Amino acid sequence: MADNMTKVPVREQDAKVRAANFDEVCLGYNMEEAVKEAQRCLHCKNAKCIEGCPVNINIPGFIQEVKGGNIEKAYQVISESSALPAICGRVCPQESQCEGKCIRGIKGESVSIGKLERFVADWARENGIRPTPAGFSNGHKVAVIGSGPAGLTCAGDLAKKGYDVTIFEALHEPGGVLVYGIPEFRLPKLDVVAKEVENVKSLGVKIETNVIIGKSVTIDELLEEEGFEAVFIGSGAGLPMFMGIPGETAKGVFSANEFLTRNNLMKAFRDDYDTPIVHGRKVAVIGGGNVAMDAARTALRLGAEVHIVYRRSEAELPARVEEVHHAKEEGVIFDLLTNPTEILTDENDNVTGMKLVRMELGEPDASGRRRPVVIPGSEYEIAVDTVIMSLGTSPNPLISSTTEGLEVNRRKCIVASEENGQTSKKAVFAGGDAVTGAATVILAMGAGKAGAKGIDEYLSNC
Amino acid sequence: MYKILEAEKLANNIYRMVVEAPRVARRCLPGQFIIAKADEKGERIPLTICDYDREAGTITIVFMPIGVSTMKFAALKAGDCFQDFVGPLGQPSDLCREEALDEIRGKKILFVAGGVGTAPVYPQVKWLHEHGITADAIIGAKTKDLVILEDQFREVCNLYVTTDDGSYGRSGMVTKVIEDLVDKEGKTYDHCVAIGPMIMMKFCCLTTKKYGIPTVVSMNPIMVDGTGMCGACRILVGGEVKFACVDGPEFDGHLVDFDGAMKRQTLYKTEEGRRLLAYQEGETHHGGCGNCGGDS
Repeated sequence: MADNMTKVPVREQDAKVRAANFDEVCLGYNMEEAVKEAQRCLHCKNAKCIEGCPVNINIPGFIQEVKGGNIEKAYQVISESSALPAICGRVCPQESQCEGKCIRGIKGESVSIGKLERFVADWARENGIRPTPAGFSNGHKVAVIGSGPAGLTCAGDLAKKGYDVTIFEALHEPGGVLVYGIPEFRLPKLDVVAKEVENVKSLGVKIETNVIIGKSVTIDELLEEEGFEAVFIGSGAGLPMFMGIPGETAKGVFSANEFLTRNNLMKAFRDDYDTPIVHGRKVAVIGGGNVAMDAARTALRLGAEVHIVYRRSEAELPARVEEVHHAKEEGVIFDLLTNPTEILTDENDNVTGMKLVRMELGEPDASGRRRPVVIPGSEYEIAVDTVIMSLGTSPNPLISSTTEGLEVNRRKCIVASEENGQTSKKAVFAGGDAVTGAATVILAMGAGKAGAKGIDEYLSNC
Repeated sequence: MYKILEAEKLANNIYRMVVEAPRVARRCLPGQFIIAKADEKGERIPLTICDYDREAGTITIVFMPIGVSTMKFAALKAGDCFQDFVGPLGQPSDLCREEALDEIRGKKILFVAGGVGTAPVYPQVKWLHEHGITADAIIGAKTKDLVILEDQFREVCNLYVTTDDGSYGRSGMVTKVIEDLVDKEGKTYDHCVAIGPMIMMKFCCLTTKKYGIPTVVSMNPIMVDGTGMCGACRILVGGEVKFACVDGPEFDGHLVDFDGAMKRQTLYKTEEGRRLLAYQEGETHHGGCGNCGGDS
């Protein structure tokens, strides 16, 4: 063991090459690399990494199996806690969760838990290993709304306990944000997302697409007329936010949701799909989160010069470190401490540029981050033809407005217990972005798990 | 899959289909829309519901092929299927609410329908008729061959038909008929619903504003998901940003920024034109003409 202090490096597509294609950036470990990385695990008795995982995967347990080359066993250990390991291994913010707590990381680098999880899940898929269905029915029918990470996790957990679960999905394809939001180059749709959805289905879960709860059918109807005994709402985030500056309805201004949905769900980047997308020449993405990075790297691959416009400094970027790093490698330009004040247009309402101001960091605000303050007299203009707003979302009112007795908070998010997902309405549970506002895949999965536990307890005591 | 039970050409380039979609048919109301997608690679196209049969579990749509996606729709026949068909989306028409019937009964209502927009007006007129209210309606079309659903309308309202070229019914634009009815024929109206091409709705609203008739229009902007997720369908109504898919599609026509909405509508014209050429020319399309940029 030459160097135990650093991670076994993971192979990636060269930055110049990948900046022009939609193939996956990270190529993952092979068996040899995985075993070598697994050997770096200290197998702590009081494993902090498990606490750091929102779904509490037995991390040292599965890594122990990888070390011995027993990948099928490793997959079974992960499957006890997670239905979507190939996804989590790719998109979890490990640096602030499992890997952030890793003892190995105190001196040197933490164990590369995410890459090991991904390796195990990919190996299982390639070798046709699937999670084991319950093999019996407990006779209870449960409806799950939304087939994103919260819904899939909740449905998978309940199916393993013998529940008869139906997921209702509003879009034409299951996966939620995994399909419409996260791009192909971070999370392959056919090889990874579709396969993990298949795994959940192989547990006995039914998925009905093209059903919008609150419109096609209401929660009360599911409970009273369609024979469901409990409902889990995992409907995700909602309406995109805009800045409220002049020029925002101009041609060439998009929400990140629209831009990414066109590209990811509708596959507009491929010529054989019918949905159009605008190929900007010079694109500004406003915001600094993971969604902003995804939008920027997508626009880059469609051939644009791309600028991330963010009002704070690099240290405050909410995106994962790896995403920022990848974006920079590929050539995305970061215009930090700047904020747009107006979008400029020509006589036909096409975007021609933006007015911006420079910012500096003042005192910390309520979020603990230093508040950006406008530098007086710093106004300037840049020429762009496309502006993508990536400022977060506010909850979708379709369900809350059509479900009597479902309490929402001041921000219009559904109020639900963190421990078991129980809402203010009997038999109705909720979790994920619909409850917390926009967050991460793994937090939504954690909420889906809690919801499944809550529903199981509720229906066991009925 | 959503089976097409009937498919017919109503007029030159206007198609009508009856589609099996029980979940949509069970709950939909006049004013709402659906999103249909022909196949795996198709685009999600929003279309206003033109009729529904709750017992048969069917929805009627009427459309005019203008791009690749709607041309794919037009090529489908009875017995074929839409891969995806979802709804009902958007808010129902304010006029078609059981709880507001007493209030609506006292009103004199005028419907103005333009071109293919005649179809989405029909369920509203029909709903009111079924609830004992007979409204006036104007159908406007470019020429005689493009007048659709005339017989169906006659059964449920007082109908005025006009053609731009005078080949059938009255002669001239719908705005002229509104003016004639009010100025020369002694009609008064408390409420107007105008559905048709954006430019027609704009001028209808200018006309009704003159007479102080509150007017509702149905917007059909660019849309992707139709559930309030993408924000593509935003329009300015009274200076405020609204999402047509969740806040609409019907809005107060006197507050809608039509000029802005019409400009937004042209956003994908170049891209769509390019794809349309590729679709029409099929295998013979190689992008060598220098106009469309080719396929690569």
